[in-house]
Amino acid sequence: MSGVEVKPGRRVVGSDLARHDAIEKVAGRTVYAADFALPGMLHARLKRSDYAHAKLTRVDTTAAEALDGVVAVYTAADVPRNTVWVDVPGQTLEVGALKARSNVLADGVVRYHGEPIALVAAESDDAALAALDAIEVDYEPLPVVDDAERALDPEAPQIHESGNLLAHWELEEGDAEAGIASAAAVVEDEYRTQFIDHAYLEPEAGVSWRDTDGVITIRAATQVVEHFRDVARILDLPDNKVRLITPYVGGGFGGKEDMTVEPYLGIVVALTGRPARMVWSRQESLQARQNRHAVRMRYRTGADADGRLVAMDVDILSDGGAYALLSALVLLYSTTCAAGPYRCPNVRIRARTVYTNHTPCSAMRGFGGMQVALGYEGQMDRLAAELGVDPLELRRRNFVERGDTLPIGQPLETTVELPALIEAVTERLEPPPEPSAPRRAVGRGFACNLQPYGRCVWLNDWSSAWIGFELDGTLVIRIAVPDIGGGQASSLIQIASEVLGVAPERITIHIGDSALNPLTGTTTATRQLYMSGNAVLKAARDLREQLAGVAAELLEVEPEQVEFGAEGVSVAGGERSLEFRELLAACASVDVSWHVHATYRAPKGVPWQADESWRGRVFPDFTYGCHAADVEVDLDSGQTRVLRYVAGHDVGQTINPQSVEGQIEGGVAMGLGYALSERLVFDEAQNLTGSFAQYLIPTAVEVPEIDTVVLESGEGMGPFNARGIGEPPIGPPAPAVAAAIRDAIGARLTELPFTPERVAAAVRAREEDADAEG
Amino acid sequence: MTVRFTLNGEPQRCEVPPHWTLLRMLRDAAGHTDAKHGCGEGVCGACAVFLDGIAVNSCSVLAPQVEGATVETVGGLDRDGDLHPLQAELVASGGVQCGFCTPGMVISGIEAVRLGAAGSEAEIRHSLAGNLCRCTGYGKIVAAVGAYRDGEATGVDGDGVRTTDGAPGAAPAPEVGIGP
Repeated sequence: MSGVEVKPGRRVVGSDLARHDAIEKVAGRTVYAADFALPGMLHARLKRSDYAHAKLTRVDTTAAEALDGVVAVYTAADVPRNTVWVDVPGQTLEVGALKARSNVLADGVVRYHGEPIALVAAESDDAALAALDAIEVDYEPLPVVDDAERALDPEAPQIHESGNLLAHWELEEGDAEAGIASAAAVVEDEYRTQFIDHAYLEPEAGVSWRDTDGVITIRAATQVVEHFRDVARILDLPDNKVRLITPYVGGGFGGKEDMTVEPYLGIVVALTGRPARMVWSRQESLQARQNRHAVRMRYRTGADADGRLVAMDVDILSDGGAYALLSALVLLYSTTCAAGPYRCPNVRIRARTVYTNHTPCSAMRGFGGMQVALGYEGQMDRLAAELGVDPLELRRRNFVERGDTLPIGQPLETTVELPALIEAVTERLEPPPEPSAPRRAVGRGFACNLQPYGRCVWLNDWSSAWIGFELDGTLVIRIAVPDIGGGQASSLIQIASEVLGVAPERITIHIGDSALNPLTGTTTATRQLYMSGNAVLKAARDLREQLAGVAAELLEVEPEQVEFGAEGVSVAGGERSLEFRELLAACASVDVSWHVHATYRAPKGVPWQADESWRGRVFPDFTYGCHAADVEVDLDSGQTRVLRYVAGHDVGQTINPQSVEGQIEGGVAMGLGYALSERLVFDEAQNLTGSFAQYLIPTAVEVPEIDTVVLESGEGMGPFNARGIGEPPIGPPAPAVAAAIRDAIGARLTELPFTPERVAAAVRAREEDADAEG
Repeated sequence: MTVRFTLNGEPQRCEVPPHWTLLRMLRDAAGHTDAKHGCGEGVCGACAVFLDGIAVNSCSVLAPQVEGATVETVGGLDRDGDLHPLQAELVASGGVQCGFCTPGMVISGIEAVRLGAAGSEAEIRHSLAGNLCRCTGYGKIVAAVGAYRDGEATGVDGDGVRTTDGAPGAAPAPEVGIGP
């Protein structure tokens, strides 16, 4: 419960407007990517590697091609241009474009378990499956690298010619060693996080066809309709000959940010001329799609006798898996956020990400900014214990404020409401409960974080939207936004309704189509409400101004006196009015159009260089949070149950309270899975976690009641001063649970996830120590 | 082979290979895509439907097993265009985000209330434990099921157990291991 109220003078921004897409979804009417079909469509499947690292000495498709119902089997040689490029504009060569490439289909070598080798198109899915079995692949196994530390050993097998170091960041502000030497208290620890999967409920899927205009059209579950360009490059076609449509997506969380089915659907339709459908199994989704980086962090943190940070020395090593994808950028987020929301004069950060034969890692909610929260918050708790200061008080003494600069050179220009968040979260807490049984212990922990919203400023990000009236007075928004479940589309309806007065139910939004709707950028990086919201706000205001001029003439008032309501415009509280359709007719007679196209441009910045002296702005702005967890630990089994959870964030201004709470509650649940149960398990880089029976995301039983605190500072760079809230809630749960377990059992866990085995081992070790001392 | 069954009140006849699951038959032969394929092994619950009035994971039922049976999917729950009360509660509570788990949640939520396994928040959570959701954190879904239960108890909706419409003789609540 947020307690947010619609502000005086506002109509729908800030209200719990029921989402239009929710009504369709709950009735089972939404046509998701895998729900779509075309007459005569082929069924496409991928033959994937059984080995994590091997030479392909023979790929024989003859037997497969001879099977009934098999139309085609493609290998690397059949793909017009067999390279997937992840070259985010603005990246330098050293950690960027040159390395961020992978193969559409493996070409001579496979570098991870599940890497696609061949593509089958068949008349039925059963025939496609039979063809997979009939493809003969001979492997010559190569030595496997399955450890990030070992990857850096000069003697280690090299996964790519460029070496195993994928990207690195190093910076020093002040003098970290001198700072540590001068500190009254120094704490040091190592923290480890695991590989995890996005585990959205909708597996990767799509359908493709050649449209009547000859354009290769792909309707797929993706967070990025701009991938039409990547498909065009692979097919060796002009960009304007490929169109990507994204229907409402069944969850993304970064897992549908890199391409999944898109290139393969493009290839089948381009080479056969026939429509095709590809749906990945849950096993493929879990084993072969990119996941979250496992990270090893070493922190040394020093403070003076008053508990003020004087130095921080951070060493980050992340496992990027077999291909670069977005690893360099993920590492940049880690680097930017490594010191947390704290002031520190002397900071040294060394961050490296390396190639291994694990499944490639890339974007996932929090994008490198979240793993480090386990490190910087773990250090604050250690330091508090060392100094005998309350952990929250220690944080209060060190929080950054507006006007401060993060070590990387990032200026903080909006208010930092962390002290107010601590206060609000603490107020919601009740006294810690008593243990429910003997041999159980309860504990409480807190964690704070910062997480950017919006893309790196040197990417020159922009969003466009089109808004126009229909002749009956209904309103249309066109914007190629992918809606991945967060209410991306419905929030835009709310914004347009707020400005133009048209009732939300009289607004239709057309989303996710690269050909027919203005491009608005990716649904990633907590940027969509911020960017598309600003574009729609600008378009709505421009349209209002356009119409107000005509209405003012007719109503004989000044344009600013014209009021916009649900049915039309009026003056003086309804004394004189015009319905929208009357106003539109008047517009036509004076050659004023009733639609606009507007573009919002994000703040710009100087591109970073791979140079330790580079400092500057990386992101538009940040969202801050404070969470609290109460846990109960079974001292014998090690089972940790989260009893109660409070999560607070400053969102600037709420557009839709339910959607904001939904992001916070969902982020917390995902973060608790990260803290306690989720883990992709590899054995010599073989991914053993191929089902939801093995990969344990939290159920309704494991997730406690989550109390959300939504603070509205009125400062943020989104529409109506909103801040982004998609990713920020994922950071604090793991460190908050770590602190709560420490409070309960007196032992500090630093390696995720905190499984019953690990917790029980920590309890035993502590009890044995106590016995030895006793 | 031919499988004849009743789907959302209408007679249905599907030609399917005998190894197909009910889920695949619904989606690829009957054209009803409202039951979702989330995992294919009975863990996630996105494919839940009523089979002779009992909630089942349709990915774990073979198509021939439904010969002569009555199947109801989430798309068959509305009446004259009005949402089923639990569907309406889910929309009102904000319990729908990406929506992919929603069809299964609706089926399981109705089943939980029908079986009397939704008496407390903890009971509702146990009853929904076979339905995974990655977006919402479950709280708003649990609240929606609670509100639906309260509505049923007070007879606000007055329409009884709509979910077993067309399923005469549906078994009364079996005493199975549901609940905490």
